[in-house]
Amino acid sequence: MGSINITRNEVPVRESRLGALTGYVGTVGDLHGRSTGCGVQNRERCFSQASACSSGCCQGQLASILDALVINHAPVGCAADSVAGNVNFKAGARLRGLDYTNVRIISTNLEDSDTVFGAADKLRDTILQAYARYKPNAIFVTASCVFGIIGEDLQSVLNDLKPELDIPLVPAFCEGFKSKVWASGFDAAFHAVLHGIVEPARQKTDKINFVNFRGSARKEIAATFAKLGVEPVFLLQYSTVEELKRLSEARATVSICGTLGSYIGNGLEQHFGVPYVKTEQPHGITGYKNWLRSLGTLLGREAEVEQHIIEEEARIAPELAEIRAKLKGKTAVVGMGPSFGHNFTRVLRELGVDVLWAATWHFDQNYDHGEVPESTKRLAEVDETLQVSVGDQQNYEIVNLLNRLKPDLYVTRHGGSSVWATKMGIASNMLTDEYAAFGFNGIINFGNVLIDKLTNRSLAKKLASRIKLPYSDWWLEQDSFSLLEGTN
Amino acid sequence: MAQIIDQVRHVCTLGGLQSVLAIDRSIPILHAGPGCGQKLWGAIGIQNGGQGSGYAGGHTVPCTNATERDVVFGATDKLHETIENTFKVIDADFFAVLTGCTSDIVGDDVGDVVRNFQAEGKPIVWAETGGFKGSNFLGHEMVLDAIIDQYLKPADETIPGLVNVWAVVPYQDPFWTGVYEELGQLLRTIGLTPNIIFGSGGGVAALNRITSAQFNLLVSPWVGLRAVKRLEEKFGTPFLHYPVLPIGPTETGKFLRTVANFAGIAPQKVEGFIKEREDYYYHYIERAAEVLLETRFLPRHFTTIADSTYALALSKFLVSDLGLIPDRQYVVDGIAEHQQPDVLSFFQDLGEGLGADVLFTSDGGLVQEEIRASKFRSKPLILGSSWDRVLAREINGVCLSVSMPVSDRLVFDRSYVGYTGGLRLVEDIYSAIMADFQ
Repeated sequence: MGSINITRNEVPVRESRLGALTGYVGTVGDLHGRSTGCGVQNRERCFSQASACSSGCCQGQLASILDALVINHAPVGCAADSVAGNVNFKAGARLRGLDYTNVRIISTNLEDSDTVFGAADKLRDTILQAYARYKPNAIFVTASCVFGIIGEDLQSVLNDLKPELDIPLVPAFCEGFKSKVWASGFDAAFHAVLHGIVEPARQKTDKINFVNFRGSARKEIAATFAKLGVEPVFLLQYSTVEELKRLSEARATVSICGTLGSYIGNGLEQHFGVPYVKTEQPHGITGYKNWLRSLGTLLGREAEVEQHIIEEEARIAPELAEIRAKLKGKTAVVGMGPSFGHNFTRVLRELGVDVLWAATWHFDQNYDHGEVPESTKRLAEVDETLQVSVGDQQNYEIVNLLNRLKPDLYVTRHGGSSVWATKMGIASNMLTDEYAAFGFNGIINFGNVLIDKLTNRSLAKKLASRIKLPYSDWWLEQDSFSLLEGTN
Repeated sequence: MAQIIDQVRHVCTLGGLQSVLAIDRSIPILHAGPGCGQKLWGAIGIQNGGQGSGYAGGHTVPCTNATERDVVFGATDKLHETIENTFKVIDADFFAVLTGCTSDIVGDDVGDVVRNFQAEGKPIVWAETGGFKGSNFLGHEMVLDAIIDQYLKPADETIPGLVNVWAVVPYQDPFWTGVYEELGQLLRTIGLTPNIIFGSGGGVAALNRITSAQFNLLVSPWVGLRAVKRLEEKFGTPFLHYPVLPIGPTETGKFLRTVANFAGIAPQKVEGFIKEREDYYYHYIERAAEVLLETRFLPRHFTTIADSTYALALSKFLVSDLGLIPDRQYVVDGIAEHQQPDVLSFFQDLGEGLGADVLFTSDGGLVQEEIRASKFRSKPLILGSSWDRVLAREINGVCLSVSMPVSDRLVFDRSYVGYTGGLRLVEDIYSAIMADFQ
């Protein structure tokens, strides 16, 4: 049995579980070396900007399970992310040809008096009203800062209702103040699924659990997996409670994002014997090949994998060469979550782009299987001098950095970052699709996206000439990480 | 039964941060959890007419990003440090510290921290806006209170004709910039000088002019009433409360005559303008009469699911000027019970002897359930939010998103106020009707 405990109803946050950092500056060699050794000390900031919290990641995941719903035990503002969640949900539903519906996140609407007298009755009443309205097959209750401070016994409310409703009623603890790493909210969501939904295997199937977001590449994946005799089940978004109950029956779990997949992948491995593929993620060429080979080995399908790789590499070779010629000599800064950030740094290098700096929104010194992320290890092997930093999307650092490095491209993930590069006249690309550089087709698409971004920079150039950045001249002259305190 | 909120149509008090951002070169400093800002500006900003970070919003907003340690031990030192460094790092003219739930429950003495900076002459105020205190409509009022009580100074003299314009809540209303601009234009045409606090070009200069105004004009059913009363108490500035956001010729004419009368402007000055603009308006309506009368699948009734400002303004226009009939109207801005009777009374006379039944609730899911169960004898027309697109499809109706969240539209300076605003609204509604089946 590994480190994950699914019998408790709460999972520890990433800072304590994975040694996650939100303040670091150095080289990837140092980051990797010390993460494998005695560990890196996190650095705090004496100035910070609003970042994000785990409740967003948590309820975003849970609410997109098609036949479940989320009760947010919180003041109304904590459910504000349901608006963006609904837009994302509908975008994915359109991609997948699903029914046109709204996401279901219902607030208990905690108010002044609830902070004094408690809100257990309100929670009970909200669950009953929500059940009557939608008849879901599971209800998840997401916690909030107010809940966390007033300290109520959420579990006993759920236990009391269990006989009456006869569906899984599962808490998800994702209080915003408990973690600076919003990805802790993914773990809270997956923990809720492992703790309250997944059942022991009734049989083994030829399914592969595919942890992802909206699944735009699902047809390509299904076709490739068919060659290996298996079928993907995409989760959590757009899955059903019944599908989730049976995650334990799959042959393996894979993930498009190491940050997203670590907890559920390792949890299923440690508790249900479903192996988790722990390679780099399948972005770009080497990532995809290592990932597919690892899966092929697990399935005993090495020959089919090699055949597939040979055919695909040959197919894309001419176009890839053209793209590389066009991108040769271009420079980039990366700003993303750690898994995407370190994987896409590699992808950009595969395309011939010179990555000057890789900033990630946090960094897990180890994943739930106890090892440093493979994507980081590979980067360190290739170029240990690569400059990296870690910050919870602190725009003032990124703007300062871009101003200093003046790259040709800023490649980012998460809203609210690309706009600042654009305002500085730098071509930028925000990855909205987790499959942006998936495998052989993805890297060709991604290369073309970058070429397009570089080909016409009129919006960036003209906007930059008209706007003033919201930072003082003093700040733009400082070292980008001078407001990090202490040392790593 | 508890008032649950399914499908949020407003956010919490801390949403007042966007009212600070609506004042040029002003910036909120949040003493709150790490995710509060992002959730709130996501809902009433980016996903509401595409209102992005602009000069210094979004992830530029300074925040103490509360941690477990802060919740246990308090975090006034951290707040002090964050404010101090904000002055160094950020280039802005006005600052407002707003607290979230964590600080308000723990009881950090934020006032004490901010008063030190005020004593140094820094342009900074604070408000305790912990989200459990209510809606962002209240949060907007709390920001106004803070400005009035902690920043404004009595003026040396009153400037005749200068009018402070208070109306919709910035960002919550995706059309707010257009609304303030058009209200300003209307005032200019009758010879007044608008002082527009929210929107491009106002800034600290507009804040500093507030106490010089001849009067405060509040165009809103209830939000902002507290502020104009306070300005009267504190600085002796009288106010005119006009509850209806004027859309189209009937209400806009009424509005102009009322304002002119209050300001002591001769009626002739107003009547000429009204005549000219009505001619303009009816030139287009006459031309569009075929569309208004002969299009397939026309609605005859309408339903609004909107905050009180829009539910009322749209209803007045559609009844008074377009000949439609109001079904039940759903008012979703979480109005306190004691304020509901006044707002309800405004719906009793929508024109042509018609009034509307009103349900006050913040629970959008409940509203949809009720509408789904009702009988429609013509094409349903729902003026609501992007949540209601699903409902409209289910009941084979037409919908137009006009009230937060308006995540399906990009809005720049468009508004439905005044004569041209009325035309814009007719364009938008009938374009939706025409596009629906084509």
